[in-house]
Amino acid sequence: MRYIPNSPEERAEMLRGLGLDSAENLFDSIPADLLLRRPLQTPAAISEMELLAGFEEMAARNVAARRPSFLGAGAYSHYSPTVVDHLIQRSEFFTAYTPYQPEISQGTLQAIFEFQTLVCQLTGMDVANASMYDGSTGLAEAVLMAERVTRRKKVVTSSAVHPEYLEVVDTYVQHYGIDFHRVETDEQTGLISAEGLNSLDDQTAALVVQSPNFFGCVEDLNKLAERAHAVGALLIVAVTEAISFGFLRSPGACGADIVVAEGQSFGIPLSFGGPLVGLFATRDRFARQMPGRLVGEAYDREGRRGFVLTLATREQHIRREKATSNICTNEGLIALAATIYMETMGKSGLQEVAAQCAQKAAYAARRVSELEGFSLPFAAPRFNEFVARAPVAAKDLLARLASEKNITGGLALSRYYKDRPNDFLVCVTETNPRAEIDALVEGLRDLTARQSNR
Amino acid sequence: MTQSTNITKAAPHITQNEALIFERSQTGRQGYRLPPLDVDETPLDEIVPAALRRDDDLEGVPEVSEVDVVRHFTRISTWNYSIDLGMYPLGSCTMKYNSRLNEKAARIPGFSNLHPLAPEEDAQGALRLIYELEQALSEITGLAGVSLQPAAGAHGEMTGIMIIRAFIDARDGEGASANRRVMLIPDSAHGTNPASAHLSGFTVKTIRSTADGFTDLGHLRELCASGDVAGLMLTNPNTLGLFEKNIKEICRIVHDAGGLVYMDGANMNALVGVARPGDMGVDVIHLNLHKTFSTPHGGGGPGCGPCCCTKELEPFLPVPRVARDGDNYSLDFDRPQSIGRVKAFFGNFGMMVRALAYIQTHGPDGLREATEAAVLNARYVAAGLVSDYDKPFDAQPMHEVVFTDKRQSRKGVHTLDIAKRLIDYGFHPMTIYFPLIVQGAMLIEPTESVGRQELDQFVSAMRAIAREAVEDPDTVLNAPHSTRIGRLDEAAAARKPVLRWKPKQAATAA
Repeated sequence: MRYIPNSPEERAEMLRGLGLDSAENLFDSIPADLLLRRPLQTPAAISEMELLAGFEEMAARNVAARRPSFLGAGAYSHYSPTVVDHLIQRSEFFTAYTPYQPEISQGTLQAIFEFQTLVCQLTGMDVANASMYDGSTGLAEAVLMAERVTRRKKVVTSSAVHPEYLEVVDTYVQHYGIDFHRVETDEQTGLISAEGLNSLDDQTAALVVQSPNFFGCVEDLNKLAERAHAVGALLIVAVTEAISFGFLRSPGACGADIVVAEGQSFGIPLSFGGPLVGLFATRDRFARQMPGRLVGEAYDREGRRGFVLTLATREQHIRREKATSNICTNEGLIALAATIYMETMGKSGLQEVAAQCAQKAAYAARRVSELEGFSLPFAAPRFNEFVARAPVAAKDLLARLASEKNITGGLALSRYYKDRPNDFLVCVTETNPRAEIDALVEGLRDLTARQSNR
Repeated sequence: MTQSTNITKAAPHITQNEALIFERSQTGRQGYRLPPLDVDETPLDEIVPAALRRDDDLEGVPEVSEVDVVRHFTRISTWNYSIDLGMYPLGSCTMKYNSRLNEKAARIPGFSNLHPLAPEEDAQGALRLIYELEQALSEITGLAGVSLQPAAGAHGEMTGIMIIRAFIDARDGEGASANRRVMLIPDSAHGTNPASAHLSGFTVKTIRSTADGFTDLGHLRELCASGDVAGLMLTNPNTLGLFEKNIKEICRIVHDAGGLVYMDGANMNALVGVARPGDMGVDVIHLNLHKTFSTPHGGGGPGCGPCCCTKELEPFLPVPRVARDGDNYSLDFDRPQSIGRVKAFFGNFGMMVRALAYIQTHGPDGLREATEAAVLNARYVAAGLVSDYDKPFDAQPMHEVVFTDKRQSRKGVHTLDIAKRLIDYGFHPMTIYFPLIVQGAMLIEPTESVGRQELDQFVSAMRAIAREAVEDPDTVLNAPHSTRIGRLDEAAAARKPVLRWKPKQAATAA
């Protein structure tokens, strides 16, 4: 086995030095009846060439990966500058452990400190942690944190939060006695319904909204913060499309108390939905209630600046069952990639890419809305995703668009909402040239025109 | 002077200084270029009203060139120790070699460009990969059901404990199961165990370890007698590096008391191909693909923490699951007893690609060979250090071994000092002060990825430090001496935490 430095002869010598006859004696402390007396029935060992050929063959069956695509809904196609993937492949970053020994981990620690700073700048918050697994688990942790901060058990959430995020929150809070109220979406605007907000009361720990929400609509966070704060609840804002931070007013500037976001848009490949990276930020006064690792500035005896993991008394390895979370391993390398992305794009790049997404989506929405039989059901402002309503079942239409026109036209909302058979969610980013958008529009026209001729 | 052939592991060299990127930023620098916008522009106010748009020009976000970025990260990277520099003997962390082949495999565009919500028929390769990895992990653990959805070890643990809770709720009925809310955890366990149990609504009771480092069966029986035990969380080999030789009896006691046994799979690198948790009586286990199956730790993640369980518990695994029908793979969402979803989409797929590549590269013999080599290396280090350091347990260790600072502390030299001094000898320190039940613990796990010469260098370094502790303790107490910075004042950092950079004026105004 080429990954094992010691040759069989060297290992035999080492065994003899230990007074052992064979490798089997290494396991003498395991009761004999528990030893596996046969080889594992896993695939036979193969060479590098064979492995790559086999994996290429599997990957080739993922035909969706090769098509122009308008899928978003929590995972987004964005261009990642070449330096991002190159730099994260430096051994010093990707083969290092969690930076528990600061003297020989300053590279990782400084990068995390920069990550925390950038997350604060983009979200408009005071303090951010070193990352969560993803946006969905970050949201679950935010709900649990709101319960700790307010000592209240009721949570009111918009039903226009990503359905899989809500499922994850349901799983996390199921043993906490949290009363989870879902507020309907206004069918005219696509925003959280105003009447639904009346369920906020003095037992409410938090109001949870996503913006842009799952239907792509931009919520009025200022107003929602006022409503939440009026009853002493926290406003938790979830963001699945982090590129929107370059265009929309930050949740922090609108009064949010906790912001969680999926950071995959910052240069991270789709990779069938993982690894992703959760951004988690809050106000200074709640810092000690945060889940996850934090890096802080520190000085040595000579007064030299460095960085260390800090406020560890919140964490499981010190506080055990009283910890603010059970999280240990987070998404370090993905957070690093996001950091490199944010710094490479910089102040102007993050704004330009966001503006391009908004412009291209506006163009696409206008073109689709002009198609006969199509409409845009929601009136609220949008960033780079919009719901289109087709004259036919969206699932079949998109399947035909894929097979006949080689375009993944978006997500049929029937996957999550049985009552929206004709609606589909279209996402447009800087990676979709105008020609692709036009081909999408033409394809939709073609397929529905033929349909109505029949 | 004759040239020395006895090369020690490290020598100091110049490293580059590098400020925070924010301190490097210069107005007007750019590190990117996008194609020009190719659609007719819509007035911004028609897209989103000004009141909802950002108006701070992303204040504070840096402006740097591509060259600045590359130098910045290359420079700070050189301040890190890493597996590729050598032995990284963190106990219970399994810092083994991370193959470049696996990195290449995960970056095949058909995997990396695949959207998680792509239609199933257009993502057959990814679903097959998940299915095949599940099959392999099922065979390795001897447990029928596998979910790859959890993103890390603690996440897999939480999933496993929620499965136990769901099973007991279904078996006993909600009313009766409410009286069964105790999770037993040994005092040697990792801190994530009690934290995960708490998340699942359990009360934690601690089981003592015996003086020779095993679960105290008498105490276990006593705790199980109360009738409120839902389960036991056990690491095996335990965090002292010892195989729990009474594991079958332990499982029997818990099962007889109506509970289930969860095994923390952090230490599976001692067992792959040699013994299987399912054969021991374990009901549910999590694995760490970022330990045993070599997916890179990445300076703190990403991980992947598959949850494997018995046939009986399979209906409770997270939703969705991948189903196979001939050559066709599909997602099964219709699982009414499932604990629910623990993560959006399907988990850390990129890590699954790497882990399957590891399994296929090794093959059955290679997997066992890696286990043997890992245990052999640990035994070799144990034998090399026993003359100079206190080894608190007599039993032969598996893949990791615990020593203490008992002898050195008589001279005022403690585990932390030994760890820091080891840095000067060119090694990453071992895990220190864990497990908590061993005073001054030093938990050493070499893994199979270290050759004999480097093991010898490690043993020599440790023995040299033991000598220094007697002859020149100040050198050890003030270590490290060779790093860019000395020991940082962590207490001060926690008292007045500075958790982000701020511009100078803003910092003084605040």
